Amino acid sequence: MSDPIDGGTTTPEAIPTTHPFVKGEVGPGCAKVDPIVVADGVSRAFGGLKAVDVAHLEIPRGKITALIGPNGAGKTTMFNLLTGFDKPNTGTWDFNGRSLAGVPAFKVARAGMVRTFQLTKSLGRLTVLQNMLLGATKQPGENIFTALVRPLWKSREAEITVKADELLERFKLDAKREDYAASLSGGQRKLLEMARALMSDPELIMLDEPMAGVNPALTQSLLGHIRNLKSDGTSVLFVEHDMHMVMHISDWVIVMAEGTIVAEGPPDTVMKDPAVIDAYLGAHHDTDLSDLTGDDHVVEDAQAAAEAVHQQQSKEKKA
Amino acid sequence: MDWGNILGNAVGELISPTTAAYALAAIGLGVHFGYTGLLNFGQAAFMLIGAYGFAIPTISFGAPLPVAVLCALIASVLFALFLGIPTLRLRADYLAIVTIAAAEVVRYIVTTTGLTDVTGAANGLSGFKGTFAASNPIPDGTYGFGPFTYNAYDWWVRIVGWGLVILASVLVFLLMRSPWGRIVKGIREDEDAVRSLGKNVFSYKMQALVMGGVMGSIAGIVFILPRAVQPANYTTGLTFFIWTIMLLGGAATIFGPIVGSMIFWVVLSLTQGVLYGAIESGFLGFLSTTQAGQIRFMLVGIALMLLVIFRPQGIFGNKKELSFSV
Repeated sequence: MSDPIDGGTTTPEAIPTTHPFVKGEVGPGCAKVDPIVVADGVSRAFGGLKAVDVAHLEIPRGKITALIGPNGAGKTTMFNLLTGFDKPNTGTWDFNGRSLAGVPAFKVARAGMVRTFQLTKSLGRLTVLQNMLLGATKQPGENIFTALVRPLWKSREAEITVKADELLERFKLDAKREDYAASLSGGQRKLLEMARALMSDPELIMLDEPMAGVNPALTQSLLGHIRNLKSDGTSVLFVEHDMHMVMHISDWVIVMAEGTIVAEGPPDTVMKDPAVIDAYLGAHHDTDLSDLTGDDHVVEDAQAAAEAVHQQQSKEKKA
Repeated sequence: MDWGNILGNAVGELISPTTAAYALAAIGLGVHFGYTGLLNFGQAAFMLIGAYGFAIPTISFGAPLPVAVLCALIASVLFALFLGIPTLRLRADYLAIVTIAAAEVVRYIVTTTGLTDVTGAANGLSGFKGTFAASNPIPDGTYGFGPFTYNAYDWWVRIVGWGLVILASVLVFLLMRSPWGRIVKGIREDEDAVRSLGKNVFSYKMQALVMGGVMGSIAGIVFILPRAVQPANYTTGLTFFIWTIMLLGGAATIFGPIVGSMIFWVVLSLTQGVLYGAIESGFLGFLSTTQAGQIRFMLVGIALMLLVIFRPQGIFGNKKELSFSV
């Protein structure tokens, strides 16, 4: 951090001020060497509450970028704005150099920027395979007139079915192929949604809490899938609360709090940023939870009190 | 009681043009609600527009049969666009409110005395059957056997009506097995998910609304061929009968609307025959025939409630499909 937000705090280690992804110095809203998304002055207010107020944001191409922040920081709202599911009060952004401000959601998806949802939206009364096929593009049978003549869309249907089967196998859903999506477990629906989004070979995939509700073994394989995406050249932007996952796979971390970007950088340095610890991680982020809730209540109470004081101070500083 | 007559009338309903018209309207409603999830509570309005769209050009301008049919179709497409453009971007319930209101609005418009020259106001229209009768290739005479004995015109109405039912069913079958059908079913489940996959949800909803509406207006034409155009026929009651038929057979099924319509009309005819017979033979002396007519529809209401509670998927519906509370 070249420009620490709360000027008074001293940092224990020297934080590098440059990074290969970044043009110039690393900092909130810094310019990237090769950005896939560039957003400027994006704001969205709900009544009096400014949910998102981002001055400048760039997402690096071909990298895995994590968007973290406390509940209510505006991460999902930012997702909704970028993908056309919500309209901002102000702001412009472009994807691959093409302006997407005011473009409807389906055209954003067609441009190659596909998202998933925090609350999974699997299509319950369609089978898993039909869910997958819905994600495919260039199916002529989606036109009401060509739909009537099967030979016109049969060959494309066969192609995308092969592709869907490959993805289902990769995500270990092949046994569920003919089942209704409503019969899947919560974690399987997350997998299905991610697999479905990949049917269109997006350039940027935006995952809203992909790991929420997924068991640890599956999390491991999901991490593998996300890494594979990157090696296939897909850029990934994800929102996640699981810090292990964030540390583990992301190349770049953007931290939001109260609608603005408070920090960004590579995962190891961002986690040490005092602004991030204040806003999100809390004083004990690198302590094992059992140490905090163990037998030693005296220590625990003392720590809690210290944390409360710390938070109070940081609030005063902000005010 | 003349059981032979009662049963004969009931069986005759199986292939009556009214049954065909209701089946067609229910097929259209199935495209709206069963497949796409659009809550259309104004199917009666599409039938009304079909009926007047066919009758007015025929009577007022002497339009030939194909032109009159085309007028009816164009009118219903315009009506669907008019309903859909403001509401389809909003949540599903808005369409329900707008369609039920619009259906009443068009019914009041055609009943207005100011339009008596064109619409016949409350008296409705008649004398529009000439062009259709002239298209009949069947030589004059009486054909058939038992309860299915009709004259040439009545046979022609039945053949055309059921031919259109079959045509509409084949069309729906072809569309719903295609990728187009996959998208509209996806919209029924969660339109935001479909939107996130790059599909123009508004356009697909509009296509489904127009298609189901056109089927409704064709149903409206078939409906008036054996009778006169009567604005009183197009109340919300008609819409709810069509909903009953669709739910009875199964909302997202091919044969559901057809069999639903047959059952609906056979049961109505049977109960009428039995109740009237019982009144005539002094069995239910405390009832008048008018009251008996009302009781039939009370029974329809009870049947609809029982259906929704105990067999929500209808006769042909897939139990598994409905067992998930999505």
